Amino acid sequence: MATKVKALILRAPGTNCDVETAFAFKQVGAQADLVHVGELINHLTSLSNYQIMVIPGGFTYGDDISAGKILANELRLKLRDEIKTFVDDGRLILGICNGFQALVKAGILPESRNENAQPLTIAGNDSGKFECRWIYLQANKTSPCVFTKGIDLMYLPVAHGEGKVVVEPGVLEELNVALHYADETGNIQADYPYNPNGSVNNIAGICDSTGRIFALMPHPERFIHWTQHPRWTREPRRDYGDGFRIFLNAVEWAKGI
Amino acid sequence: MFRIEVSVRAGLPDPRGNSLETDIRDIGIMNVTRARVSDVYFLEGDLNEGEAIRIGQELLADPLVEDFSCGEGLTARIEGSDAHVVEVAYNPGVTDPVEESIGKAIRDLGITTVRSIKTAHKYSLWGDLSEENLQSICDKLLVNSVIQHVVTKREEIILPSTTYKFVLTTVDLLNLDDGGLMEVSKDRLWLNLKEMRHIRDYFTKLGRNPTDVELETLAQTWSEHCIHKTFKSKIKLGQLTVDNLLKSTVMRVTEELKKPWCLSVFRDNAGVIDFDGSYAVCFKVETHNHPSAVEPYGGAATGIGGVIRDILGTGLGAKPILDTDVFCFAPPDFPDDKLPHGVLHPRRIFKGVRAGVADYGNRLGIPTLNGAVLFDNRYLGNPLVFCGTVGLLPASMSQRGEQQTGDLVVLAGGKTGRDGIHGVTFASGELTKESEAVSASSVQIGDPITEKKLIDVLLKARDRQLYRRITDCGGGGLSSAVGEMAEETGVRVYLERVPLKYLGLSYTEIWISESQERMVLAVPPDAVDQLIFLFESEGVEVTVIGEFTDTRRLELLYEGNLVGDLDMEFLHKGLPQRENEAVWELPQHAEPDFPPPIDLREDLMHILASWNVCSKEWVIRQYDHEVQGGSVLKPLTGVNNDGPSDAAIVRPILDSDMGIVVANGINPKYGDIDPYWMAASAIDEALRQIVAVGGNLQRVALLDNFCWGNPDKPDRLGGLVRAAQACYDIALGYETPFISGKDSLYNEFETEKGSISIPPTLLISAMAVMNNIEHAVTMDCKREDDLVYIIGTTLNELGGSQYYGVHGYVGNRVPKVDSKKGKKLMDTLGTVMENGLVKACHDLSEGGLGVAAAEMAFAGGLGMVIHLGQVPLGESINRDDYLLFSESNTRFLVEIAPKDRQQFENMMAGVDFAAIGKVTDKGRLEVYGINGAIVLSAPVNELKEAWQRPLRW
Repeated sequence: MATKVKALILRAPGTNCDVETAFAFKQVGAQADLVHVGELINHLTSLSNYQIMVIPGGFTYGDDISAGKILANELRLKLRDEIKTFVDDGRLILGICNGFQALVKAGILPESRNENAQPLTIAGNDSGKFECRWIYLQANKTSPCVFTKGIDLMYLPVAHGEGKVVVEPGVLEELNVALHYADETGNIQADYPYNPNGSVNNIAGICDSTGRIFALMPHPERFIHWTQHPRWTREPRRDYGDGFRIFLNAVEWAKGI
Repeated sequence: MFRIEVSVRAGLPDPRGNSLETDIRDIGIMNVTRARVSDVYFLEGDLNEGEAIRIGQELLADPLVEDFSCGEGLTARIEGSDAHVVEVAYNPGVTDPVEESIGKAIRDLGITTVRSIKTAHKYSLWGDLSEENLQSICDKLLVNSVIQHVVTKREEIILPSTTYKFVLTTVDLLNLDDGGLMEVSKDRLWLNLKEMRHIRDYFTKLGRNPTDVELETLAQTWSEHCIHKTFKSKIKLGQLTVDNLLKSTVMRVTEELKKPWCLSVFRDNAGVIDFDGSYAVCFKVETHNHPSAVEPYGGAATGIGGVIRDILGTGLGAKPILDTDVFCFAPPDFPDDKLPHGVLHPRRIFKGVRAGVADYGNRLGIPTLNGAVLFDNRYLGNPLVFCGTVGLLPASMSQRGEQQTGDLVVLAGGKTGRDGIHGVTFASGELTKESEAVSASSVQIGDPITEKKLIDVLLKARDRQLYRRITDCGGGGLSSAVGEMAEETGVRVYLERVPLKYLGLSYTEIWISESQERMVLAVPPDAVDQLIFLFESEGVEVTVIGEFTDTRRLELLYEGNLVGDLDMEFLHKGLPQRENEAVWELPQHAEPDFPPPIDLREDLMHILASWNVCSKEWVIRQYDHEVQGGSVLKPLTGVNNDGPSDAAIVRPILDSDMGIVVANGINPKYGDIDPYWMAASAIDEALRQIVAVGGNLQRVALLDNFCWGNPDKPDRLGGLVRAAQACYDIALGYETPFISGKDSLYNEFETEKGSISIPPTLLISAMAVMNNIEHAVTMDCKREDDLVYIIGTTLNELGGSQYYGVHGYVGNRVPKVDSKKGKKLMDTLGTVMENGLVKACHDLSEGGLGVAAAEMAFAGGLGMVIHLGQVPLGESINRDDYLLFSESNTRFLVEIAPKDRQQFENMMAGVDFAAIGKVTDKGRLEVYGINGAIVLSAPVNELKEAWQRPLRW
């Protein structure tokens, strides 16, 4: 039988969604290893042993300066080449919440013409508050995103104080938006609290042009089992939570690497 | 030195500025037109301007939404000359953890010339503001003088003194009379005369004076906070003499019940019970009241940080999996002009405490799933902040470890500074208006990421069995942690080895410092290299500071000098037992004599909108209650995720169906009538919440947290004894053992008009093991035409009730508890719910039947009809308002599908219950009185709005 797909769950000081993210990958048949960023920098482990790299949620380095900034700085200055090779080898990168913030501030997502430019950023919520609530997401059917294939409307929790997507003029047109905040009918113009942070165009998740690098603010790993749904006691039983499909898509696709 | 200032780019939304604007209006200053908050960084070192600019560009400022200015003189460009500018920096000695991570990031940039970093905030305010306006904005919102100050033009960074020259300091006790002894104790040791004499006589026998560090060690080890001498004292209450209140009440329940699943009780940092045979769960609730009164954000943050370390320091170390927080404040609308001098406004304390707990808990990735917020004017000078944490650990590691002679004393985690010096002794004395001044050093800024790193690496070290024993370094610092660990063996500590945040600490400061995020380990010599390698690989500080001996002595050395030498026997067993007088008499409150209202709608609205009952969604949403993925029953529930859950359920092992239920019971109002029934009600409430969500009483562990006034005052102590006696009687009746507890006494505040004591407050926290989380039941109504039953007996018990409260009365008929009847009822209901017959269940507490019915209806987005005439009574009640709002204990409201009616009624046989109404789709709550006439009819959305409005901040 084929060897398992291997996912590297990156840990840094302040990462705190690593265990449940690893659990989600195991549920869809992958092997998930928790690897400290120091182990990569000191070459104790290599990205090349993995098909998928995940930067999970948390408050890396306390989110000091701004959310994900110091980890982003580290990725950009200490791991740039390794990550570039990993991407060029056609492998997958997933960033969740703090991982989204780090990928963006490291200039890895969205891809941009010049090396150091950062065409998009993630700023403080319009509400000025950290908020934990469940929100609806409408997947963009035309997106090349590997992770959201076959997904229509999703219901997932967000939990962040800095989740507002802000873009430079002109970037919006060429941006690969994979997920929009929406209302229960899928209307992607719906505003607060449906759009929990004030993101431009209700952007909740984006990917690169190949669809292999994907990042989102909501937490798919927090809705794998039906009892994680906030209203499971008043709704019919279901086999999986909405987040399950994202991990399944990734692992199914990675089998082809 | 370079000064880099970062601000939101002009024209872009500025949430921080906006919320400051709102806060300024909240304190009554309306003519502010705009506010902006900027971050300021002072970089000291040999860096050049190019490097400074690169740091600003690549690191400190966001390229899309922020601008930065470097050097000086550029501030004008940012806000124009018309703004009032205030810059606020931390006081010398206060370390902002941000400085460390920024330092790391700067080194990542390849810039090695920055020696030190200081942070500050710059506030730019527009509008016609007088000097007086600015002053009160600074005092009430921007500056807490305990840790911060306003930066005057061109201030240099004041680094704390960096030199310390060793001098051995002794304190002359031998020749002191009683007056002299109390002078030494006053405001520093908080020991009474008997204790001071005892210490003097000990050193007289030794023929020498104590050193300062020996005296401080004794004061800390013998402090109320560490040794709970009031609870262990000999108390005379009338004819009765209680020898050791703790042993004879709370601990006695556990001894008599002898539950085999109690794995470790009252001996470790938290109580431990068996979970599923291979795993165990532990639970601890701490208070951090005094520091939170002085500096709400820092005080509360270090409170949650401390209880999490208790969990990490239980057995061989547990993983924190759930937080619960209970706060008691004065009402947010307390009039400013009535605020005593030296007291922060309750609104500011509330906001600061909430933020402190959330920022710490969220960063550590621990879900905050349960809690409560209560309000009473008497918490004005003494807010209460209860922080609780549940932990998971392998059952095989549930026992406290024991070091062996020769094991090394290892200090892990944060560096040591002057933080929190005298925090413990401070917590054992009354607050005065000078507290802000004297206690300045006892507050610090928490560093959650250092603690998170510590948790991650310690659990790895635990699983590799690299240490034999672990404990947290909390109140009392090394003095308590190492001193307690070494009680049975002896220890030698080399104080100069302790890593410091900054130079200049004396050996005594090092020993008693309460710097956070530190743990102490006993490590076998052959494991220490592996341990150090592991910690360094994750960037966590770890240092060998001494070794355990077999001398049964505490030996402290500094640079080769013996600075302390105490024998463990005296340190730990030498404290003379206190003897206290207590009195207690039942107070007589006025009995209400107002006529029954014809329409009860307004009363229900008032109760729903009262601070204690109203929705706490504003608080809850700012906590992460989903992280770790185990949340099964969340704090908010129902069709719109905004109804009030009775308790929390978490699934600690994601591929197991077993769960843990966490609940809390607290109602200080009843204590104004009788602390005995307050305690009984608190236990009953915590247990009913567990049953209400589908749990049962088979494996429930309780924690007690007593927060009281000054126990040296006989009337306060009398109430404490009553409450403790109820803990014994009621917990025994329900067969639910206590596994751990804590007390915080001396919660009194001296004012010009005398001393204000908090209301006697007992928090009962309960944890239950649930065999199958899929049996969970929520409180929201599910479907129209379902039947509504009330379970339990209603009596004329409105003493201390919300209903009497809104009418300005306390009354005397306090709710009582019959634990024998109560246990039978809860066991029966528990079985019925396990059989899946109950679609919704809500316990009756503050506001009684009226509030429970309203909450169930609006949480489900449905309506309800209730007939008061059907309610089973324990005595005759002829008033509809009393029936609707009685707060009798051990009562539930449940929703049953019509098809299950017969089976439900058969299974409930033997307990008081009755069908009193049904769920409707009319979106109204309708209540019919005893004589059949309608006494209340209101749209549920109006009731919900009344309930949500007060704390929608």
